[in-house]
Amino acid sequence: MTPTLGKDLVGLEHLSPEQIRLILDTAEPFKEVSERPIKKVPALRGKTIVNLFFEASTRTRISFEFAEKRLSADTVNVAASGSSVSKGETLVDTAKNLEAMRIDMVVIRHGASGAAQFLGERIRSNVINAGDGKHEHPTQGLLDMLTIRDTLGRIEGVKVCLVGDILHSRVARSNVWGLTKLGAEVAVCGPRTLLPRGIEQLGVRVFGRIEEAVEWADVLNVLRLQLERMEKGFIPSLREYYRVFGVTVERLARAPRRLTIMHPGPMNRGVEIDSRVADGPHSVILNQVTNGVAVRMAVLYLLAGGRPELADAAKGTGSVAE
Amino acid sequence: MTRPVLLRQGRVIDPARGTDEVADVLLQDGKVAAVGRGLAAPDGADVRDVAGMVVVPGLVDVHVHLREPGNEDEETVASGARAAVAGGFTAVCAMPNTDPVTDNQAAVGFILRQSVRAGLARVYPIGAVSVGQRGERLAEFGEMASAGAVAVSDDGNPVVSGHLMRTALEYARTFGIPVADHCEEPTLAVGGAMHEGLVSARLGLKGIPAAAEEIMVARDILLAELTGGHVHLCHMSTRGSVELIRRAKERGLRVTAEVTPHHLTLTDAACEHYDTHAKMNPPLREAGDVEALRVGLRDGVIDCIASDHAPHAYDEKEAAFDEAPFGIIGLETAFGVVHTELVRSGMLPLPALIARMSTAPAALFHLPGGSLAPGAVADVCVLDVTTPWTVRPPDFHSKSRNTPFAGRELVGRAVMTIVAGRVVHEPEVG
Repeated sequence: MTPTLGKDLVGLEHLSPEQIRLILDTAEPFKEVSERPIKKVPALRGKTIVNLFFEASTRTRISFEFAEKRLSADTVNVAASGSSVSKGETLVDTAKNLEAMRIDMVVIRHGASGAAQFLGERIRSNVINAGDGKHEHPTQGLLDMLTIRDTLGRIEGVKVCLVGDILHSRVARSNVWGLTKLGAEVAVCGPRTLLPRGIEQLGVRVFGRIEEAVEWADVLNVLRLQLERMEKGFIPSLREYYRVFGVTVERLARAPRRLTIMHPGPMNRGVEIDSRVADGPHSVILNQVTNGVAVRMAVLYLLAGGRPELADAAKGTGSVAE
Repeated sequence: MTRPVLLRQGRVIDPARGTDEVADVLLQDGKVAAVGRGLAAPDGADVRDVAGMVVVPGLVDVHVHLREPGNEDEETVASGARAAVAGGFTAVCAMPNTDPVTDNQAAVGFILRQSVRAGLARVYPIGAVSVGQRGERLAEFGEMASAGAVAVSDDGNPVVSGHLMRTALEYARTFGIPVADHCEEPTLAVGGAMHEGLVSARLGLKGIPAAAEEIMVARDILLAELTGGHVHLCHMSTRGSVELIRRAKERGLRVTAEVTPHHLTLTDAACEHYDTHAKMNPPLREAGDVEALRVGLRDGVIDCIASDHAPHAYDEKEAAFDEAPFGIIGLETAFGVVHTELVRSGMLPLPALIARMSTAPAALFHLPGGSLAPGAVADVCVLDVTTPWTVRPPDFHSKSRNTPFAGRELVGRAVMTIVAGRVVHEPEVG
C-alpha cells in the first residue's frame, strides 16, 4: 500500500522512511516541468494557498511560490510587516481568519519553534512548515536529500557532515532526521558553543575540528553562520571562525575522496565558506535551489491528495484526485 | 458566633504531635478544643461523621500568585482563596509580583483586607525584597512585617545582586522573616523556555541548564552562612540543588526549601508537542531530578511542598511555546497529585505528606496552624484518600485553567475545609 503524508508537513522527525521516499520519488517527475518552455501543469487548479511569512525569506518564499504557480494553484503572499501581524494579532487569530476565508493550504515560516504544528492543530487546511524557529525546515531537508541522491546515486551509507551553527539551525535538525531515517551516516562539526548538548543521542557523530570532518565525509552541508552569533558571544569573531571552521580549498585538497559541497543559503562568503569552494567543481549549491522547486511541488501535490503514481499523468491534463 | 464543629470518627493525623489515630475532633471558638475518643457534642454543635476520612491540620502553601492587584482577570485574592480551600489549604502566602508590586506597608495591608473580606483561606502577604522588585534597593521590611508580611521575596525574578541578597538576609533577621529566593542565574537562563536537554535539542527550544538554578542555590547557601539569615529556596527542580541543600543542612545552616507537585511528578517530556501547559520556570527537568527531589522530600532535605500556583489567562497560553508565559495553577490539584504519585506508590507515608504540606510550611513562615493540639487555631481539612476523581479544569474555582493535569485521574481530595472553626468548603454531594 502506498503511504500518505497526512494533513500537514511539520517536520521530518515524525515521518517514516517510506513517507520520505514517497516525497523524493514524487519530486522526480516534477523536475521536468521546470525545464519546459511553458512551466505549468494543472495539478492544483482551483486550490488556494497562502504563503504566510512571519520572518524574512527570499529563497524559500520564491521557491514555494514557483512550485505553487507551476501547479496552477492560486496563491497569496502575506509578510509579517505590513499585515495585521505587525498590529499585534496573535498567531491563533491569524489562523482563524485564514480558516474563515476557506483556503486549502498554508505555507508558514515563523520565528517560534512549534509554530507550524500549532497552526496545523487549529485549522483544517493543510499546513506546510517553511521553517519554524530552531525546530525544522522539512522541505530544505528534503531538497538536500534529493540533491545528495542525484549527485551520489544513493542516500544509504553516504557520510554527510553538517558544518557550523547546529544549535540554532532548523536545517540541521531536518537533515539529521531525514538522512538518518534513509540510512545515511550523519555527523555535525562546529564550535562546541554552537552544538546542542546531547546531540550524540540523536545518533550523530560529533567532530570538533573541520579537518576531521573533511577526512570522514562524502558530503559537507555547510550552514550559514549568522552575525548575531558573534554579537551574542557564541564565537569571538567571524574572522577566527573562518580560520578554524571555514570550508576552504586548502582544507578540501586534503580530502581522501571527492567531496560534495552543499549550502542551504544565503551564503556568507569568506565566513563559513570560501568563494572558490562555493563556485568550484564540488559545489552543488545551485542544484539544491533547482531541486527545491521540485520537492515543494511534490509536497504540495501529495498533501492536496494527489496520488504519487499519477504525478506523471498530472503533469499533463489530469487534476488532483480528491 | 460560629457553631462548634465536632468531627467524629475520622483518622486524625497530626504531624505536630506525631499522632495518627481514629478520634473525634472538637472545634470551638476558633480553636481546637479537644481531640479524643467519644467526645460529647456541645449544645448546638455541627456534628459530622467523617469515618473513613482523614482529618488533618489545614494545608499551608507558602508560594502562590494571586494576581491582585493588577491582573484580576486571571485571579483575585478572593478567587485564589476560594481555590485554596477547595484544595484543602487553609493558609496561603501570596507572592508580591503584583502590579503594582507589593513592596510597601499599604500594599501589604490591601492584600490582608481583601483576604478578610473574602473570608476563606487565610492569605498572608509576602513583601518584595527590593523596591519594585527591580533588584536595586531594599524595600521596607520593617513596615511590611508590622503590616502583616510573613516573608520577603522578589519571586518571579531572582535576587541577582549578591550584595542585595546579603543585605536582605542580614536585615530580615531583625524581623525574624525568611528571604525566599527564586534561584536563577539570569545570564544562563536568558531566553530559555524549557529544561536544557535532549528534548529541548529536538524541539529547537532554548534550554535553561540545571546549573542556572544550582549556581544561585550555592550562592544563597554561602550567603546564609555569611549572614546567619534564613534563606528559603523556592521551587527546587534539580538533583544538584538537592545535594547542595543536603550538605548545607548537615552543616546546620538556616536553609529551607520547597518543591512543587509538578516538579515531583513530571519531566521535560511533558513539553513534547509544544504543550504550553508544561511551560514553567524553573522548567520540568529529567527523571533523575524527579527521583532526587522525591528522595529529598522524604528525607526532609526539602522541607515542604508549595504549589507555585501561577494563573494565566487561557489565551495567553494559547500561543507558540516561546511566546507563552511561564507557570501553571496548582492549588486545586496539589494534594491529589502528590498523594496519588508519592503516597499511593509507597514512596512517602501519608503522615509525612501532611507534615510537608501543613506542619512544616507553617513552621518555616511562623504561621498559625499546622497542628491539631488543643488551643491551636481551628484550621482543619478533611480528606478523602480513597475515591478517584478526574481533574476537570472547567470545574476549578480558580479563575484560570492552566494545568498540565487536565483529564488526570487522581486519588486524594479535600471534602471539607475549616478555617478558624468555620466550614468554608464542602463540595456539593453528587
